[in-house]
Amino acid sequence: MAYETIEFAITDGVAVLTLNRPDRMNSFNTQMHAEVRDALKQVKKSDEARCLLITGNGRGFCAGQDLSDRNVAPGAEMPNLGESIEQNYNPLIRSLQALEMPVICAVNGVAAGAGANIAFACDIVLAARSASFIQAFCKIGLVPDSGGTWTLPRLVGHARATALTMLGDKISAEQAMAWGMIWKCVDDEALQAEAQSMARHLATQPTKGLAFIKRALQASWNNSFDEQLDLERDLQTLAGRTEDYREGVSAFMDKRQPTFKGK
Amino acid sequence: MQHEYQDILVSDVSSGVLTITLNRPEAYNALRTQLLSEIASVLQQVTHDDAVRAVVVTGSEKVFAAGADIKEMAALDTVGVLNDPRVLHWRTIAQFPKPLIAAVNGFALGGGCELVMHADIVIAGDNAQFGQPEINLGIIPGAGGTQRLLRTVGKSMAMQLVLSGEFISAQQARDFGLISEVTIPERTLERATALARKIATKPPIAVRQAKEVLLKAYDTTLESGLTLERKAFTLLAATEDRNEGIAAFMEKRKPNFTGK
Repeated sequence: MAYETIEFAITDGVAVLTLNRPDRMNSFNTQMHAEVRDALKQVKKSDEARCLLITGNGRGFCAGQDLSDRNVAPGAEMPNLGESIEQNYNPLIRSLQALEMPVICAVNGVAAGAGANIAFACDIVLAARSASFIQAFCKIGLVPDSGGTWTLPRLVGHARATALTMLGDKISAEQAMAWGMIWKCVDDEALQAEAQSMARHLATQPTKGLAFIKRALQASWNNSFDEQLDLERDLQTLAGRTEDYREGVSAFMDKRQPTFKGK
Repeated sequence: MQHEYQDILVSDVSSGVLTITLNRPEAYNALRTQLLSEIASVLQQVTHDDAVRAVVVTGSEKVFAAGADIKEMAALDTVGVLNDPRVLHWRTIAQFPKPLIAAVNGFALGGGCELVMHADIVIAGDNAQFGQPEINLGIIPGAGGTQRLLRTVGKSMAMQLVLSGEFISAQQARDFGLISEVTIPERTLERATALARKIATKPPIAVRQAKEVLLKAYDTTLESGLTLERKAFTLLAATEDRNEGIAAFMEKRKPNFTGK
């Protein structure tokens, strides 16, 4: 598939997916959904990729849904937004969460609507100091989607999540970091380099172990403490059977740098 | 076991547990007559083998059993269905008197879901999906799917599954009582086996009586069920294992059950 609305490449274990509709603030239309879906399928299939980095071209990260794609002319049939979520946004969020490797998001500018919630669905979020996050849905009569109403209360607590989603205020990257919505905010010009270096580092780490960590943390939102203890035991059993664990311990004993294969 | 099977793998008995693995990967473990007859035949053989205290039935890490063999079914007319030997195989499985534990990963659909419901205890991986999609083929479940499902999950969910052909996840199946535990797929068989081994250490006559009266609860009134329970309870008072169990408890030692 030749991509028009995204850029995609796998280099040195890092898959980089760049949203590339800069004139539309990288907002999603049907084509972009299809291309992102295809790229994620490739990441999943790839033997090489051990980390995924998502970012955007231009001044914005992603403005969510491209509203010019929506027919709201008076008298026209009302659009079925639920169907678009079922077909496009939910599968995207689910596949980011299910991807068995770390997913880094480098938020280079405004992340609005679904764009913000796609970022929050990634494992580690870095943002440029000038970037911002907006739950814009309330301003056009909609509900936060792409997992926003689930993720936000868990990231920032119920009170802040409610005000964020009802007021639709723009939250700066620094504020987002202070509130724990994202991992880190860095100077604009340092963002891509820092994201790249983090991705390259993660791509050399014990990928299976990282995938198990991701799975355990995700499950923790739904599990009871007892169930989570059982899950930790089970995932540790599997982690203990990986080659990387053996390599990690033996490198530690030999006082040398480990070489992980992600197996 | 001396037999060679086409559609299943049968393990050696280990710590009182025998494992049957459905093994038709090319057909998603579809339950053709051959496969069902092999399960029934193994269960029949081990019924009188004191070394076997519990049986685990499982599929692969990706699929338990995706249904009946549609091609085989399509070839049957009404008379053919009336004379279908599968009914007898299902009955043998249903009447197996020892604990049968299912370890389910991936799809357990149609006949696969019905096989799950023949098991006494079900452990499933979080990738498991359960459903009765027969309706999509213009048929209905034919191995207890409408009956055991209703008794297990209640009317509304049973109707939803059988009439719509929709699937439910392992979490939902646990919420509705179709299965008892959800684990990660890589550990499903291990967990089911550990449970089977634990049961295998219990006094076998008591286990058998308990299974029998528990299953009777499906088709008796509470009053009759309680009477049956009382009879079984009384019967156990005549076993050596009961005396051993109580003595070991009083003496704070491990019981040594002999099955007598």
